[in-house]
Amino acid sequence: MSLAPVELERPEVVDAPASDRPWKVIVWNDPINLMSYVTFVLQKLFGYSKEKAHKLMLDVHLKGKAVVSDGPREKAELDVFRLHEHGLWATMEHDD
Amino acid sequence: MAPLFRRPVRRTRSGRYALNLSADERAVLESLAPQLREALTDPDAPGLRRLFPPAYGEEVDADKQEEYARLMQEDLVERHGAALNVLEQTARADELSPDELDAWVRALNHLRLVIGTSLDVTEADDPHTNDPEHQLYYFLGYLQECVVEALAGDD
Repeated sequence: MSLAPVELERPEVVDAPASDRPWKVIVWNDPINLMSYVTFVLQKLFGYSKEKAHKLMLDVHLKGKAVVSDGPREKAELDVFRLHEHGLWATMEHDD
Repeated sequence: MAPLFRRPVRRTRSGRYALNLSADERAVLESLAPQLREALTDPDAPGLRRLFPPAYGEEVDADKQEEYARLMQEDLVERHGAALNVLEQTARADELSPDELDAWVRALNHLRLVIGTSLDVTEADDPHTNDPEHQLYYFLGYLQECVVEALAGDD
């Protein structure tokens, strides 16, 4: 590890405030939630077609996660809340 | 618990949902729902962690996680409790409204998340394990699958 002061090499990036950058909502795979239930919840909460919801569910199941929605922080937090209300394992993170 | 060869949930012509469950099965649901509802008074209990997952990805600092939990956890406890209430109060009903069945599907999922966590189930688990806790877990899963089918209109 370099002993050089990293602060000098990485000045603060002037960027939009974190709260203004878009967020993405991710559903993670877990061994308990039924595949049919995950598809059902994605259709119900986001109005997705059966095909789209099924594809997202398969991404969760096979790839371990899928981005199911995005938007500003407030919307992402509400989406996460509704997914948690339905027992899905959801988190939100910045869409960098 | 004996295997089920009938259809436990069926959409009726009037848009409601007919329940075909045995007295024993109804008694199980009626007893499990308030047990979990009472456990929700301690949402930080390790066995309930799947009901209250962290909201933010790992790169976000702990302050934000705590702020979200502080603001939303109470609402989540209330929503989980409300669904479990409906399950308890309608466990012996002949028919359910769409809203009631929607509460059922969430309450069944909450029960499965807690029991599945305590059993440490994996995707490779053998559904024919014979101990009572696994049998209960798979019964709830079978029932939830049937509820989802009925709600999704696949039948």
